[in-house]
Amino acid sequence: MTEPPSNPLALIAELTHRCPLHCVYCSNPLELQARSAELSTEEWSRVFREAAALGVLQADFTGGEPLTRPDILEIIRAARAAGLYVNLITSGLPLDESRLEALVQAGLDHFQLSFQGAQEETANEISGTKAHAHKLRVLEWLKHHRVAVTLNFVIHRRNIDQLPEMLSLAESSSATRVEFANVQYYGWAFANRDSLLPTRAQLTQSIDFLKEAQERLSGKIKIEYVVPDYYAKYPKPCMGGWGRKLMLITPNGDALPCHAARVIPGMSFENVKSRGLREIWEDSDAFQKFRGEVWMQEPCKTCDRRTQDFGGCRCQAFLLAGDPAATDPVCSLAPQRPRVDAILAALNDANSAGAGLVHHGGDPPSDVLLTKPTWLYRPNPS
Amino acid sequence: MSIELNSRPRLAPGVRLGDNNQQRVLLMPERALRLNGPSLEIVERCDGRHTVQQIISELQQLYSKAEPSKVEQDILGYLALLQKERALDFEPVGA
Repeated sequence: MTEPPSNPLALIAELTHRCPLHCVYCSNPLELQARSAELSTEEWSRVFREAAALGVLQADFTGGEPLTRPDILEIIRAARAAGLYVNLITSGLPLDESRLEALVQAGLDHFQLSFQGAQEETANEISGTKAHAHKLRVLEWLKHHRVAVTLNFVIHRRNIDQLPEMLSLAESSSATRVEFANVQYYGWAFANRDSLLPTRAQLTQSIDFLKEAQERLSGKIKIEYVVPDYYAKYPKPCMGGWGRKLMLITPNGDALPCHAARVIPGMSFENVKSRGLREIWEDSDAFQKFRGEVWMQEPCKTCDRRTQDFGGCRCQAFLLAGDPAATDPVCSLAPQRPRVDAILAALNDANSAGAGLVHHGGDPPSDVLLTKPTWLYRPNPS
Repeated sequence: MSIELNSRPRLAPGVRLGDNNQQRVLLMPERALRLNGPSLEIVERCDGRHTVQQIISELQQLYSKAEPSKVEQDILGYLALLQKERALDFEPVGA
């Protein structure tokens, strides 16, 4: 056995899979959990106390839409009482001004409002709901409350050219942070990837734009940019390394090392109803499976970067290479990188003339950008 | 952005002190900083009342064995780090 693992720093709590939105890139699994299976207020409270005792500093409330839980105020109070910093990742629906006031009173530290775009039409198309106008109202209400505000824009081919408008929205709000995170290709987003992945020209332009914005707004708004890793040279250190920093609890109490871990065949997950959080973190098969370096193959095994990116993402290795222990195929050193290059070539070569026009601004976009996609919308669980 | 000696730093909304395993930490969106003696002394004075100059003077007294210019440099460096993390609001000079 190796030495005991470091303690987790954040607990990602998927409070429910229910959601008023139907986003085509939702990070929830294709198989959604029903309301009747969700953990109770008391069970979540115990999880928060166990998490704090284990060294966890922050709780990230996500879903689905956490605000669909009628006990959300009690859940926030319980997490604060356990000593955790409370983040809420929300669509802003269902919310009115008095409920927002109550969330802040209950001890909410950080309000993360998700946006599907800066333009109503695109945003509503992506979320399959008329939600954008309401989000703008929530942004106005937030100006009157002392809480950290982050705007989370999920970026993809059909809204990446709206970055200046998105940034203006952030600048006119009380946000101290804004995240522009390109869609990560798992679950619903993997199914819709061919309509979501931006072109290389779009990506280059977005990086230039945000680099300049980061300098201009330093000290005012912190800007984070997550690029689609298909275009990267090296993989992302997914979840900060498997079983190293983060622990995710699904609505029914299953403890997962990451959002997508369920796609890996043969994995089984322990549940917080039958075992303590510390035991699950330290001993469960799921958290041990890709912890450390024992599982690594070449080229990761002898690579200098293995302590920085931990071999990349296990779920992506499975989805693209068919082997969860393979080097993440987005890595330029991975034997399976040609598969990613083929995906990029299919998009960029077919699109090269148009992509050039887009890069130089204003001109009509290419066929690939104009084609109306056939989306696979995420449904709502019972 | 440079730091004005007459401005009054204050923890931004959603940035607060917390405790974890008998250690003081500064909690903020997506981050937590462990605080040791001097960094805790600085953060505790980011209350919107102390000016940057007052924080420097008080810590120079508190750490009187250290070179005063070094103390000043360290404080300005730490405040710049917090500013970059967007963990501070600065009440303007004269407010």
